[in-house]
Parts: sequence; structure tokens; C-alpha cells
Amino acid sequence: MARSVTTQRKLTFTILGWAIGLLIFFPILWTFLTSFKTEGTAVATPPQFLFFDWTLENYHEVQNRSDYMKHVTNSVVISVGSTLIGLALAIPAAWAMAFSPTKRTKDVLMWMLSTKMMPPVGVLVPLYLIFRDWGLLDTRLGLVAVLTMINLPIIVWMLYTYFKEIPGEILEAARMDGASLMKEIVYVLTPMAVPGIASTMLLNIILAWNEAFWTLNLTAANAAPLTAFIASYSSPEGLFWAKLSAASTMAIAPILIMGWFSQKQLVRGLTFGAVK
Amino acid sequence: MATLQTRATARLMMSPAVILLFLWMIVPLVMTLYFSFLRYNLLMPGTEEFIGFLNYQYFLTDPAFFTALGNTLMLVGGTLLITVIGGILLAIVLDQPFWGQGIVRLLVIAPFFVMPTVSALVWKNMLMHPVNGLFAWIARSFGFQPIDWFAQLPLFSIILIVAWQWLPFATLILLTALQSLDGEQIEAAEMDGAGALSRFYYLVLPHMSRAITVVILIQTIFLLSVFAEILVTTNGGPGLQTTNITYLIYAQALLQFDVGGASAGGIVAVILANIVAFFLIRLIGKNLER
Repeated sequence: MARSVTTQRKLTFTILGWAIGLLIFFPILWTFLTSFKTEGTAVATPPQFLFFDWTLENYHEVQNRSDYMKHVTNSVVISVGSTLIGLALAIPAAWAMAFSPTKRTKDVLMWMLSTKMMPPVGVLVPLYLIFRDWGLLDTRLGLVAVLTMINLPIIVWMLYTYFKEIPGEILEAARMDGASLMKEIVYVLTPMAVPGIASTMLLNIILAWNEAFWTLNLTAANAAPLTAFIASYSSPEGLFWAKLSAASTMAIAPILIMGWFSQKQLVRGLTFGAVK
Repeated sequence: MATLQTRATARLMMSPAVILLFLWMIVPLVMTLYFSFLRYNLLMPGTEEFIGFLNYQYFLTDPAFFTALGNTLMLVGGTLLITVIGGILLAIVLDQPFWGQGIVRLLVIAPFFVMPTVSALVWKNMLMHPVNGLFAWIARSFGFQPIDWFAQLPLFSIILIVAWQWLPFATLILLTALQSLDGEQIEAAEMDGAGALSRFYYLVLPHMSRAITVVILIQTIFLLSVFAEILVTTNGGPGLQTTNITYLIYAQALLQFDVGGASAGGIVAVILANIVAFFLIRLIGKNLER
């Protein structure tokens, strides 16, 4: 029996819920609004909320900075590249662990998880020196490699929990019906595995896009993704709030939308299946 | 039914991921360990020599280490306090039926997807700026003296920013746990005359305890390594007031080029993180068996 909800109670929680939601979202909303102001209006007191002359000038200026598109490209290459390589490594591994588990499968999974617990600063020095000696500093290749390894445990774990949910009997049934291995993979496995793979991919692109330890420490001008580009706005002599807002809005908008789509999978991915 | 052949195939399928991860974990860690016993400064090439535990002695007796350790604990503890309590309250509100629930949920989880450098700079400049910031304007409209956040309360300012980033994570996980709570049980308690507070204390809280533990442990792992927020707002200052262990080691390595000292610090950081990881791994491992 569902609990009856009085209209008054619902109204109270509507007001409360929206107030809290807007309060938490406010910094993002404020950034969005400021990105359409002139630099003068951006720092005006009292602050201008909606009734100012909206302008797209900041977006033009940020994009016209010769290097802006380079940083966007870097972000895309690094996050998508590291995710795809990670998937290529993880899909077979997770598959094997889910469908032909051995006594040691659990240990392997736990060990993979434990690599994720290593604080990045513990290996900063050797990695920096290796990168320096191999000419990988400030290259996309180097960052793709590091981010692949960082997110590989999460990818394996997420895929494992998804693959575990595919009933093995269905595969057997297909085999009994005379499906060849090729057909089994194309017609039976893929349709069942794709949603899990897609959400794993989405979450990992988000994590790689926002990664801000290695991207800040291992890049300079050439391979810097948006995280590092935005960090360059921290210098006190170059405080342009409206332009910072425009650059920030463009940097977070695509990932925010992807995040909203993958919110259900987020819990599973980030808790390694401990909370579903 | 795993035949010998499928078992061999399975091993083959796993090996690339396992071997690469193993190398990724072991090679740099062994190098860090090795460097930590050397006098090794990039500014003085050719003077490397074995000095035993001297780097550890310097690192662990340096007053900066204790300041950084204290700051790290404050940062982790403060953020956990805000996000866990805030997360529980928010999860309870979001669990109630109301109009626009789905949209509010999206608004609440949004900060999690904002990259750390953006959230830090937006908060520092547009909200916390002592003259033009929004908080300063609000304070002045009520007749108060605006707070110069990063000068007067630098560590607390960073805690606020980090807590804003992690509140959605805690909320989302606690909400997921809350939604699996049996509604009939609550109803039965209600009919037996249990008030809202005792229902919360005796039913809801115990039900969420596992999720709360998961939130605390996972966040601790990430919060020990907070870096970008400090780098773009305070650079660890003023003085050492916002330097955490991660930032201290970064400064030693890439600003002072003291490879040996930074490596010793890195090993200390690994040990600290492992203490937390030990509990987390056990908790998740237990869950895997079910």
C-alpha cells in the first residue's frame, strides 16, 4: 500500500527541494550567466542577475585565442583515447573473469582495485623522470597512457559487474540451437553487453576529462587539456571573470550533459559495485 | 564446466590488462622506494649517493610535515563532516515525492561533473572575492564586513570548495541506499507510533550505515590527494596554511627538485593511503562474496 501524500506535504517538499537544488547549482548557474556579461558588468556591485546586456563577445574572444581549440582537441583526444584503449584492455579481461571465473578471480579483482588506492603523489617523482627521459612530458601520448592505467581498474570493475548480470544459460541455449561462436557474439552477447559497455565508457570519459593531477603536472603548452588551460586563468594579473566564465562554461557543458545521462551508472562505477 | 582450454583462453584474455597494471603499479613504486634512500637533487646532478633513512628522517621531523599532516586531516575530516551530514539530509529530502524531483536531482549532482580547476577558480573569484565577490555583496547588504576568505580562512575556504564538489557523490550514493529501504517497514513503525526521529534513528540510519561507510572510505581515498584546488587558489599558502601532504610532496619534487626527499614523502603518503585502503578493500571484498 502506497503511503498517501497530502498536497500540503508535497508542496512543502517542493519548495524545500527546489531551494536546496538551486542553492547547490548556483555556482554553475552564476558562471553561465557571467559568461554573457561584459568584463565590466561581471564585477559590478550590486551584481547583475538577469537584466544586463547579454553578449556573446566572451565566447568569440576565448575561441579566437589561437590555442583554445588545441586544448579542446587535447581534452577530447586524451579522454576518449584513454577510455577506448582502456576498454580494449578491459573487455576481454572482465569477460574472462565474469564467465570463466577461477578461484583467483576475486583476488585479481581486489588487487586491481588496490592499485586505484595508490596516491598519485607516491609515484609522481619516478613518473616525471621517466617521462622526461623518454620525451613524453607535455605529449598527448604520455597522458593517454597514464590516464588509461589510472582508470583501467574502474573500467574492469564496472564491466565485470555488468557482465555478471548476463545469464550464462542464454549463451548455452544459443549454442545448443547451433549458433556459431561468431553468431553467438554478434547476436546474443553484444546486444546484452552494449548498454553496460556504453555507460562504462561514458563514466570514464567524464573521469578522464576532469582529471587534474597528472594533466597539471605532466603538461605545459602543447598537450595541456582544458583542466590545465583553465588553471592558467589563476594568475592574478589576468583576472577576466567573464572570459573565465565563458571558457569554463564550454569546458564543463558537454561533460555535465553526459554526466546527467549517466547518473544511474555513476553510483555503481564509483563504488566498485559496493552500492547499486 | 571450465575446460582446460577455456581456462587457458580466459588467462590469455586477462593477461594484457593484468600485466600492464602490474607494471604500472610496481615499477614506479620500486623507483620511488629506491630514490627515497638516495641523496638526489636534480639541481645537483652527479652527487647521488646512498644515505639510508636520512630522507625519511628529514621529512618526518620537518615541522612542515606536521603542518601538512594537520591540514590534510582537517581537509579530509571537514569535508567528510559536511558531505556526510549534508548528504544524509539531502538524500532524505530527495527521497520525498515532490514536483520536479527529477530536475532537482540533476541540479544537485551537477557539481560533481565540474572539473576541479573550474570549481576552484569560480568559487575563489566570483563567489569569495573580498571586494567583487557575491558573498561580499551579500555580507554588505546585511551590514556585515565582508570576509576575505582566502586570507582569513584559507583552509576552510578550500574545504568549502571541495565539499561542494563531493556533496553530490555522497547524496547520490546515500539516496540509492535509501531508495532500497522497505517502505512497509517504515509504515509498520509509523502505525506502531514511532515518531519521525526514532524512525530515522532506528530504521533509516542502520539501513544506510553500509552506504555511509562506503562514502567515507572512498571519499577519504580521493580527499587525501586533493591537489588542483590548492594549486590554482592558494599555492599552499599563505605560509603553509593550505599545504596538504600531496601539495608538500609536489612542491618538494617539482619546485625544489629534491627527488630523494619527495620520494621519502611519497612513500609516507602511500603508507597513509594504504591504512584507509585496507578497510575499504575488506568492505568491498565482503560484498563480492554475496
